[in-house]
Amino acid sequence: MIWASYALAALAIVLAWPAPILLSRARWPARSPFTAMILWQAIALAGGLSMIGAMLIWGLDPLSDTLPGGLRALSAIVFGNGPAGALGVWHVFALSAALLLGTHLVFTLLLTYARIRRQRRRHRDLLTLLSSPSPEAGGTVVINHPAPVAYCLPGGARSVTVLSDGLVDLLEPAELDAVLLHEQTHLTQRHHLLLWAFAAWRAALPWLPTSRLAQHAVNELIEMLADDEALKSVEKPTLIHAIAIVASGPPGATDPGQDGPAGADPGQYRAADGAAGDGAMAPSARVHRLLTPQPPLPHSGRTAVVAGSAALLALPTALLMIPGLFIW
Amino acid sequence: MATLGELERTVMDMLWETGEAVTANMLRDKLAQSPEGPQAHKELAVTTVLTVLSRLEKKGLVDRERDTRPHRYQAVTSREDHTAELMHQVLGSAPDREAVLARFLGTVSDGEAATLRKLLGRN
Repeated sequence: MIWASYALAALAIVLAWPAPILLSRARWPARSPFTAMILWQAIALAGGLSMIGAMLIWGLDPLSDTLPGGLRALSAIVFGNGPAGALGVWHVFALSAALLLGTHLVFTLLLTYARIRRQRRRHRDLLTLLSSPSPEAGGTVVINHPAPVAYCLPGGARSVTVLSDGLVDLLEPAELDAVLLHEQTHLTQRHHLLLWAFAAWRAALPWLPTSRLAQHAVNELIEMLADDEALKSVEKPTLIHAIAIVASGPPGATDPGQDGPAGADPGQYRAADGAAGDGAMAPSARVHRLLTPQPPLPHSGRTAVVAGSAALLALPTALLMIPGLFIW
Repeated sequence: MATLGELERTVMDMLWETGEAVTANMLRDKLAQSPEGPQAHKELAVTTVLTVLSRLEKKGLVDRERDTRPHRYQAVTSREDHTAELMHQVLGSAPDREAVLARFLGTVSDGEAATLRKLLGRN
């Protein structure tokens, strides 16, 4: 098993560092965002699996030649007070680290979920009081605010798309349709699940290049997917126009008309830029992608990426499960 | 008959309008007089109003004064403050924000906005 643990460690390092850097610099994901999304998920899953697996089977090596055998022997030591003489300090250390990392990942996932859900519930409570149903589209509400904003709040059957009346005033009906289609794609394709998983992955391992790059990439890819879906129903110039109008804000950014809402200055969040660049795709990049469309990856290319993703998941699984794979 | 969500909304609107602590009875009377829905609110029992108020209290939107009898209720903060809170979640830079809600467009920098304004001019 010792060789399998080295192979897993090597895989973990490749997936934590060079692989995500290369993928984040590649240009093809903009051509086939869906395929790229599969690859990012495979990198994250296989990365986590090989990290934990490497430590686990390295620590179990003195006990058995197989993972199940090692785990049985370990439980005999832990729960059955069996002799632990075979395990050195470093083996115990590796096993503890594997356990800690595994627990850490699962708990961060659950905690992130709880936090997101709490924020969504609060947001929905406030929306109930402050918004009114849109006359134009179902599942859509309008909120009274001068800044042009549109977003969707996922939540199963209670998912809702929110528009500000600042936005409704600025956009032509067709442009509004483009915005709605874009947002509804986020909901129907369940992008929030991806965002949740990758937000948790980043929260768990913030110092790892892969978790930061992956979250950034996923944020961009979902925007591309939503744009592509919207383009099936609206003209491209309409969507581009909508993006440009929302991005450039209301005509007079210091609109004095509203005397009410505290912090309603539509320009106030504009200043928070750069560092606040939260991974959402830069509008100019999005417009650029729409203006100079590249053909999607050929079928063979997409098949290769998907097959590679499957192999990426199969490799650590096989290293963990098949004894003697690395005995030569 | 109005749904609970609609009632919550109406009750909050009244509390915001009144601006002071009121009892459930006073609210019920106000609801019965409200121009937008005399039919919807006329038959409302005080217990229904109390249910709505306790739901709002649980959500942290309404404060209950417990040292008077009957209890008096008032809005925790103004409508404008709640709107600001909502917008801060949407437009601010909270971590995980993109996971909580997906915006049509991320935060736009000044340079970015200028580029796009130019593009818009050409269109």
